[in-house]
Amino acid sequence: MGAGHAHRLYRHGHSPVHALPPHTKLAAAFGFVVVVVSTPREAMWAFGLYAVLLGVVAYAARVPAGFLLKRLLIEVPFVAFAVLMPFVAEGERVEVLGVSLSVSGLWGAWNVLAKGTLGVAASVLLASTTELRSVLLGLQRLRLPPLLVQIASFMIRYGDVITDEMRRMRIARESRGFEASGVKHWGVLAKSAGALFIRSYERGERVHLAMVSRGYAGSMPVIDEVTASRAQWSYALALPVAALVVCVLGWAL
Amino acid sequence: MGPVSTPSLEVSGLAFAYPDGHQALFGVDFSLARGERVALLGPNGAGKTTLVLHLNGILSGGVGTVTVAGLPVDKKHMAEIRRKVGIVFQDPDDQLFMPTVREDVAFGPAAAGLRGPELEERVDRALTRVGMAEFKDRPPHHLSFGQRRRVAVATVLAMEPEILVLDEPSSNLDPASRRELADILRSLDVTVLMVTHDLPYALELCPRSLILSEGTIAADGKTAELLADDELMRAHRLELPFGFDPRSVTMGA
Repeated sequence: MGAGHAHRLYRHGHSPVHALPPHTKLAAAFGFVVVVVSTPREAMWAFGLYAVLLGVVAYAARVPAGFLLKRLLIEVPFVAFAVLMPFVAEGERVEVLGVSLSVSGLWGAWNVLAKGTLGVAASVLLASTTELRSVLLGLQRLRLPPLLVQIASFMIRYGDVITDEMRRMRIARESRGFEASGVKHWGVLAKSAGALFIRSYERGERVHLAMVSRGYAGSMPVIDEVTASRAQWSYALALPVAALVVCVLGWAL
Repeated sequence: MGPVSTPSLEVSGLAFAYPDGHQALFGVDFSLARGERVALLGPNGAGKTTLVLHLNGILSGGVGTVTVAGLPVDKKHMAEIRRKVGIVFQDPDDQLFMPTVREDVAFGPAAAGLRGPELEERVDRALTRVGMAEFKDRPPHHLSFGQRRRVAVATVLAMEPEILVLDEPSSNLDPASRRELADILRSLDVTVLMVTHDLPYALELCPRSLILSEGTIAADGKTAELLADDELMRAHRLELPFGFDPRSVTMGA
């Protein structure tokens, strides 16, 4: 959690994808994921086409393949479960390289793996072409409950403040000779966490006071109007619409 | 703007007890003329913060009245009062809660309904007045403490307040930032009420001072005279820093 959280996922650029208004990109990514999830798993070629579509987007956004693939690693802990499915699932079995695997388990694993990977890839593309701040503006524009957007934006603002407070508490502990080395020290750590919670809670009250003093009355004032032209919408929605065509074909064929 | 126009702030007979029964203010009376810079001095626990929170109606329900530029502080005028009374809180991390400096400064005016170029102009003007215009798009936590304090002042100036209330403005500032802030405060043409323990700073900036002690105004007069009155100072736990003699300071203008 270094200096700029905005820079960790975001990849600075000036591509046409970067330039699209955030809410169109959010809608497009969400639409794409919904379409992918509703595709029958037997239509394996359809998933290949989806991957090609995302490849086209990545190319347009000038996001290098290596960057995208490295970010995809986040998925690994989640798909580890999918790998187990062919071994543990019930039903008809096939022999692959001398190992007996369940057919339905294989399909299940494929389903999770393909859809999960495509979904993560779409999110990674969204995150690397849209600044965190704009994502929030986009969500606000898409009429997500304002309270959720506010909570998310305070997380961005105060993440570092709280991390810093945590760091200072750690330094204070260690300066007095404390080194967390085992279970018997968990009590101290738990108390630190509790103290951090109370400090953050009190800060929350002070922040609220400062907000009320400047005229806050329950909703965030609109500072940046984000608007999208019809053309921008149609660029953004090209992805989910193309995916939908593939999906319909997948059900039809 | 006649010379004997309505005072910026008028507090009369203000008394207040917290719900737990602790009485913080016992009848406070004073008045600030437009354009005056006044220091509010007092030991810890004298009720300074309680008084400040009455000025924009965050606390109310006691006895007495507060009037800002002829407008009584009550439920009916709350939005107007919050715009007219700008409070700069002690910790700039509480005051600056938006993801970027620009959005933070825009918060107050946007809450008052300002939009578009007019809003942008207001933000630029406020940031220029505190010399922070080039930091507009930075997140607040990437600024130094002194810079954050200055942005905090800008967030309030952007609301074009009638009166600026500063809570311990010089706390945690290094001497250079302290002087820069003093220069900024001197250059403003608004009424300033400065709550502080920092007696040399009060002497430097405010020709007049009030001493709040045990919930009442114990003294009201020229800062230099009050600070030179050893008996008065001792009686209210106000101590000058080592080696500082208010009589030896010659004030410019």
